[in-house]
Amino acid sequence: MPEVMDREEIGEILEKHNGARGSLIATLEEIQARCGYLPEEALRAVVDGTGRSLVDVYGVATFYRSFSLQPRGRHLITVCLGTACHVRGGPMVVEEFERRLEIRAGETTPDREFTLQRVNCLGACALGPIVAVDGDYFSKVNTAKVKRILKKLRSRSGRPDGSALAAATS
Amino acid sequence: MKRLTSIGEFAAFQNRLSAARSPHIPTLVIPAGACGQASGANELIRAAKREIGHRQLEGRIRLRVTGCHGFCEMEPSVLVEPDRTFYPRVKPGAMARIVEATASGQVLGDLLFTDPATGVRVQKQDDVPFFRGQTRTLLSHMETTDPLRIESYVANGGYSAAIKVVERRDPRWVVNEVKASGLRGRGGAGFPTGLKWERLAQQRDGKGKFLVCNADEGDPGAYMDRSVLEGNPHSIIEGMIIGAYATGADTGIIYVRNEYPLAVKHLSIALAQARELGLVGRSILGTNFSFEIDLVKGAGAFVCGEETALIRSIEGKMGEPRQRPPFPIERGIDGKPTAINNVETWANIPLILRNGAEAFARTGTPGNSGTKIFSLVGKIRNTGLVEVTMGAAIQSIIHDIGGGPSGKARIKAVQTGGPSGGCIPAERFDLPIDYDSLAKAGSIMGSGGMIVMDENTCMVDIAKYFMSFLKDESCGKCFPCRKGTQRMHEILEDISKGQGTREQLELLEELAGAVKDTTMCGLGQTAPNPVLSTLHYFRREYLDHIERKRCPAGVCRDLISFSIGETCDGCHACVQVCPEGAIAGKKKQRHVIDPVKCVKCGACQSVCKSEAVFVA
Repeated sequence: MPEVMDREEIGEILEKHNGARGSLIATLEEIQARCGYLPEEALRAVVDGTGRSLVDVYGVATFYRSFSLQPRGRHLITVCLGTACHVRGGPMVVEEFERRLEIRAGETTPDREFTLQRVNCLGACALGPIVAVDGDYFSKVNTAKVKRILKKLRSRSGRPDGSALAAATS
Repeated sequence: MKRLTSIGEFAAFQNRLSAARSPHIPTLVIPAGACGQASGANELIRAAKREIGHRQLEGRIRLRVTGCHGFCEMEPSVLVEPDRTFYPRVKPGAMARIVEATASGQVLGDLLFTDPATGVRVQKQDDVPFFRGQTRTLLSHMETTDPLRIESYVANGGYSAAIKVVERRDPRWVVNEVKASGLRGRGGAGFPTGLKWERLAQQRDGKGKFLVCNADEGDPGAYMDRSVLEGNPHSIIEGMIIGAYATGADTGIIYVRNEYPLAVKHLSIALAQARELGLVGRSILGTNFSFEIDLVKGAGAFVCGEETALIRSIEGKMGEPRQRPPFPIERGIDGKPTAINNVETWANIPLILRNGAEAFARTGTPGNSGTKIFSLVGKIRNTGLVEVTMGAAIQSIIHDIGGGPSGKARIKAVQTGGPSGGCIPAERFDLPIDYDSLAKAGSIMGSGGMIVMDENTCMVDIAKYFMSFLKDESCGKCFPCRKGTQRMHEILEDISKGQGTREQLELLEELAGAVKDTTMCGLGQTAPNPVLSTLHYFRREYLDHIERKRCPAGVCRDLISFSIGETCDGCHACVQVCPEGAIAGKKKQRHVIDPVKCVKCGACQSVCKSEAVFVA
């Protein structure tokens, strides 16, 4: 994933959303989808392009949970901590990831392989605790399964094949 | 798809599709909502396609991929029409046998659902206890509709309610029908939908009005909206078309949360198809009625479920709520009149107009008509989405449909209404589920999450969980919410660590009252509910933490310890998973946990097959 975007590219995104309702959020979402996070230069370019103040843009970028101002790792591990996952042991799953990756939730490993984050609810409550890795869902995760998920992710190169991963760890 | 330019053309289109349905052809229905996919539905679909193709059975056996049917615990599952044979937890490898059996009209006894209470195998889905107790007016459409094909929705009578409304040319009548149905907002507050529409219809400054579908399902533990969005997106669109005709709104917005990628995808496809067919946009079906619908994606903020915050978010700003009045019905998006309804509310609208307000009003109880979908999750055997008539007893949902506790521990309480709701103890399970009864019991109906808790769930921990959630999600605009939730969380943390005092308990109650009375929006006003309801019904547990320094449920880390009992067979599984190397013992001999090294993560308990790890 490219970590920087040139102004031209951002200009294109701005033009695409120009005038559309709620365009700032959609613009930031698209930048994040391309870079994996919101680089400072990109935010400044959005300010220049939209005429909104930097405070305003920074405010929106930090208000919403899905935006990140920090670069993210190659794999995004999202642990659901909705109520249903919580009562079934979600917090222990987060801690196990934290222990094994040696980072806190919200952080990225120094080798930029993994970012660990918590989410309030992924809406697959019947199968909790739920973990999503790069968009693929794992159900009924416990501490033992965390080890298997990480082992699989580490042993693989290139783009993850979620279904193979799910099969291997279910 | 050709654009339809008159109501007559639509009727002909619908008749053609309905006639081509041929319901006698055996059809394998595979639910593949987000949870179905997480359970492996996609592999099942691939296997079904392969096996049907391999045997050249195309035309003799059909395959329909749908949204979630509700019984998530048993997914991936297959429903065979027209017999309605139900195969739970199907492995891809079993698909060949299912295809063959279906082709020859046979039923595979060994793959059927076994009723855990009787041990008897059940063939038909409707006889499975989980389904038997439900009234599935909304969820049944999940089985018949392919969400990615508008033809599927139309063939089953879809959009005919909207056409009926447009043909009748009487917006007032539509509002009256919705009023007569008694439909109340399914987002949780229970405001009468018809009344809201009437007020919007009365706004006449000629500068445009908005209708919003609030699909920002933020309550953790509730996911019925996601399943409707994924499984029957056209029902939302049709509901909004009807609403637009009734109220004179010219623009609709579906605000959907970012955490639901599949719902976003299905909605976008459905909207594009409805537009292409001429059901959404300018001059709908050649009439002078126009209505545009946009999709706006949220970016992850719980407070955006609050209507004034939702409006700001739609406008592309920080989702901070504002003081009401003026209410959105007068000044909403861009200052224009705006009515906001929840996903499930919208999904009910076409059914009300199609079957008549009276039929809808007859279901449920007076003042609480219709059905409601609940997500039955947590420590319950049959987890999933259940749809029941309003006024059903909690007991019947938990025990008859839900099948009782998931483990050996007794069910202690059920939490309804998400972070704005409360816990209802098992002694009160005779309560009927409706807006008013739940409010009287100190909880709320909310959007329909029902999280079942057993004796291994600590109520102090639950209150702390919700307060932690709310302090993180408080937008920070008003002081009592921002600081009140933080202070309440600190006190709960102290109590859970065994450092709480009786004075703190009093302070907690006082704070809860202050936050309830003085915060600006619904988030803050309801934030104390989880604390107040657990204090009311489970005060004993709080006192155990404070006075005896014990957590009876064995959850609060600082007050518990792990040990290994006599049933240990020395299998070594716990030794291998223990992250701290705190467990010692020879193979085939009882192991021992070193309490100094133990971090109480519970990994050993989760892998122990002989149930030898104890928490005390």
